[in-house]
Amino acid sequence: MNLKDKLLSSYLAFQENLDVDNGLHDIRDKAFKHFEENGFPTKKEEEWKYTSLNSIVKNDFSLFPHKEDTIEFNDVKKYFLHDIDTYKIVFIDGIYSSYLSETTHDGVDICLLSSALTKSKYKPVIDVYYNKIARENSLTSLNTAFASEGAYIYIPKSKAPSKPIQIIHLATGNEASLMLQPRNLIVVEENSEVQIIERHQSLTDNPVFTNSVTEIYAGKRSIVDYYKIQNDKQNASLIDNTHIDQQDDSETSVHTFSFGGKLTRNNLNFYQNGERINSILKGVTIIEDKQHVDHNTLVHHKQPNCESHQDYKGIFDASSTGVFNGKVVVDRIAQKINAYQSNNNILVSDKASINSKPQLEIFADDVRCSHGCTIGQLDESALFYMRTRGIAKKEARALLMYAFANNVLESVKIPQLKARINKLIANKIGVQIGFDV
Amino acid sequence: MLEVKNLNAGIEGKKILKGINLKVNAGEVHAIMGPNGSGKSTLSSVIAGKEEYEVSKGDIFFEGESIVEMDAEDRAHKGVFLSFQYPVEIPGVSVTNFIRTAINETRKAKGLEDMPASEMLKLIREKSELLEIDRKFLSRSLNEGFSGGEKKRNEIFQMAMLEPKLAILDETDSGLDIDALRIVANGVNKLRTADNAVLVITHYQRLLEYIVPDFVHVMVDGKIVKSGGKELAYELEEKGYDWVKAEMTA
Repeated sequence: MNLKDKLLSSYLAFQENLDVDNGLHDIRDKAFKHFEENGFPTKKEEEWKYTSLNSIVKNDFSLFPHKEDTIEFNDVKKYFLHDIDTYKIVFIDGIYSSYLSETTHDGVDICLLSSALTKSKYKPVIDVYYNKIARENSLTSLNTAFASEGAYIYIPKSKAPSKPIQIIHLATGNEASLMLQPRNLIVVEENSEVQIIERHQSLTDNPVFTNSVTEIYAGKRSIVDYYKIQNDKQNASLIDNTHIDQQDDSETSVHTFSFGGKLTRNNLNFYQNGERINSILKGVTIIEDKQHVDHNTLVHHKQPNCESHQDYKGIFDASSTGVFNGKVVVDRIAQKINAYQSNNNILVSDKASINSKPQLEIFADDVRCSHGCTIGQLDESALFYMRTRGIAKKEARALLMYAFANNVLESVKIPQLKARINKLIANKIGVQIGFDV
Repeated sequence: MLEVKNLNAGIEGKKILKGINLKVNAGEVHAIMGPNGSGKSTLSSVIAGKEEYEVSKGDIFFEGESIVEMDAEDRAHKGVFLSFQYPVEIPGVSVTNFIRTAINETRKAKGLEDMPASEMLKLIREKSELLEIDRKFLSRSLNEGFSGGEKKRNEIFQMAMLEPKLAILDETDSGLDIDALRIVANGVNKLRTADNAVLVITHYQRLLEYIVPDFVHVMVDGKIVKSGGKELAYELEEKGYDWVKAEMTA
């Protein structure tokens, strides 16, 4: 049975297990119908031209893992940012692990979506925000139909949690192959701030396929910083669908660090529903083997006087492949927009490839939009300069690649995270770094 | 220390150096002067090991060993240093991290352990003071957004850190105001010993007032056409390069 058929036949059983009085039934049914009609995207669709899900959807994934597995923190510590204090929402095979988590209801809600979807006290927030900006596409619909668990973060007016929040998904490999569909809802009201780190990590080489949906609402004058660490095992694939609604004077950044996994697709959508908004999209991709990373971004400027900054860098070794498809839409009323987009790539091997495609749809006349894309090798004059200082060719190349990628880290606001990513990049490329006066 | 013998080199089939002979001993300062396009910078690049240039004839010896087939990094490990006319900007690598990598790579080539961080810091402090370099400057990305003067000062700072046997200063005075020139020249002079040598490549005589050469060579059209003591530099300044050219044809 292929994955679509399996999902279709599992849906009824899944629905019966849920609280029938729940108002989400209609949302689920509608989403299910949408997926049923459209199925998984294929390469025939323009937005999926360079990314094929064929090798994934032929797997016989378990959809509902049976038991919560206990994991010792020390065994998975390395997947956490552990040198600073953080809130943690941790899932093992999709099931919440209270033992590894640290949640709160003290002024802010940092907890589970399953509680938020079923308990009446969260209903006012759920009614207003749940599944409201998730763009209708078959993968998001598939998630909406099945999603029952994930992170729920609600920051009311003028609040900021005292520490960053980590959302960590661990896959144990107890199932021969596993499909996960986490769903996160993040609501940040006006004048509030939050910093979130998200990571999906498989602990074995058993196949894992994650189809994740995150909705983020950034209220007026809010500041939201979201960091995604994608450094998974060779048989783990991830489709990340993130939808962000921004209101007046808000600033939202999403950094995506893609260093591993079989196939990673990031559908990152920003909707600017206010004025004087700043949206920041940054990405570093460093992959090898036959890994594939696809960044599909959308920034929709719907109101005047806003900015967006996109900076994606990629280093592709061996037979790895990359895609960058960056779309910027500026509505007719959205005057005085500054939209920047840059995508720079280094192909280290002859067999690696990248498809880079900027798309600008501009309907306003008083805007500044720029986009640049480079695909190349390393700068020969820089290499010579370094070699005259005694740095051997191999190390010089590594240092240049490190420098190229590391530049994106400047906007990471959590110093310990920055140091961690810095180290990951250095390890990935093979340079020794970490010395400053 | 350095002996260049009948060096002929060019790029993409174009001949630039047409039989250069030059001998530099330890403890000496040599200046190579010449008009634009005479091949001065090509000579420094070829000695440093730039692969784009093709050596068609002749040889380069460093401490008695031919280096003409050697990789640039191996020449650096032996003690050849080139201060670039146009230092390359490398965003994302700090001055400190760069110099640390360079020093440790050189030590590795000599079979030595990495320099301990404390020792490195001490050395950095000492040498940055010598060149009047602000410590904030050291954590900036290498050459990125540096002024012309800062770039040249940074070159000499690297030279001070690496302590080469032969330092080739390629147009180090270009783009420097008089204060920066004094600081840079002062740094170079303090680093001079009886065991190392300096080869100054310059268009103008100005720098040679500060770094006083023992020998001056005039290069025209890929050849050294005249050699002499430091007074030759003054003569050139006064009479211009046409004087040498006229003398050649006479």
